[in-house]
Amino acid sequence: MSLELVDFQILAAALFCLGLYGVLARRSAVMVLMAVELMLNAVNINLIAFSAFRPVSSMITGQVIVIFVITVAAAEVGLALAVIMRLYRRRGTVNVDEIDLMKG
Amino acid sequence: MGLVLFYILGGITIVAALGVVTTRNIVYGALFLLVSLMGVAGLFVVLFAEFLALVQLLIYGGAIIIVILFALMLTRETDFSIATEHRRWPVAAVVSLALFGLLASSAINDSSLYNSDRRSGIGIEELGTGLFENWAVPFEIASIVLLVALIGAIVIGRSGDEEDGGQA
Repeated sequence: MSLELVDFQILAAALFCLGLYGVLARRSAVMVLMAVELMLNAVNINLIAFSAFRPVSSMITGQVIVIFVITVAAAEVGLALAVIMRLYRRRGTVNVDEIDLMKG
Repeated sequence: MGLVLFYILGGITIVAALGVVTTRNIVYGALFLLVSLMGVAGLFVVLFAEFLALVQLLIYGGAIIIVILFALMLTRETDFSIATEHRRWPVAAVVSLALFGLLASSAINDSSLYNSDRRSGIGIEELGTGLFENWAVPFEIASIVLLVALIGAIVIGRSGDEEDGGQA
């Protein structure tokens, strides 16, 4: 028995769903951000797995897209943490339940 | 060999990710995230994507975790050591499990379409050539995205006494 694409797909699905649980269940904004990182990594695993198991050996699309995902993830973390710091200074909390200024 | 490595690294990744979303201590959560992301880097090596494994180590291990730890230190939250989860966390667990069932079953159903046990890697030269030839425009746009994010993070994160002081 050898390694197949479906193994990586199931692993990535598990990682993505753990990240989804973290986004939905956590109350600290920083923890929500960390769960989003988990979801992004699950997507990266899927992209690289598809690119590694493809039949033609000249397609690099999967790996290049992963480079862009990592770039955007780095930008996202920087911006999100700046917003969280600002929020903490203004409201004294990073609990996502208490940030309800726009609640109708 | 690949299978053994896959199970070890996958196990590390999943267990550490479980630690991220369940731990009470938020700093432990960040360290669990580091372990999980390093497990993902190992999986990239199993998939013959050595360059991306290196990038993962440098960017996630070197930069993102440090920034998250900085943010944790600067916004120290004592109340979160007791109550980390929502009251509705069982709903979140059910939704996540349902999505996992859906994704896993569809992956298994379609496995005959895509599966082969033949893996092959891409050399760094090929990757660089593709990145700078076919993907040159997205590459430039990514550099603009990074610049905008850098400036935006500085503008948002600076102390800004004149606005905050008035209403605080």
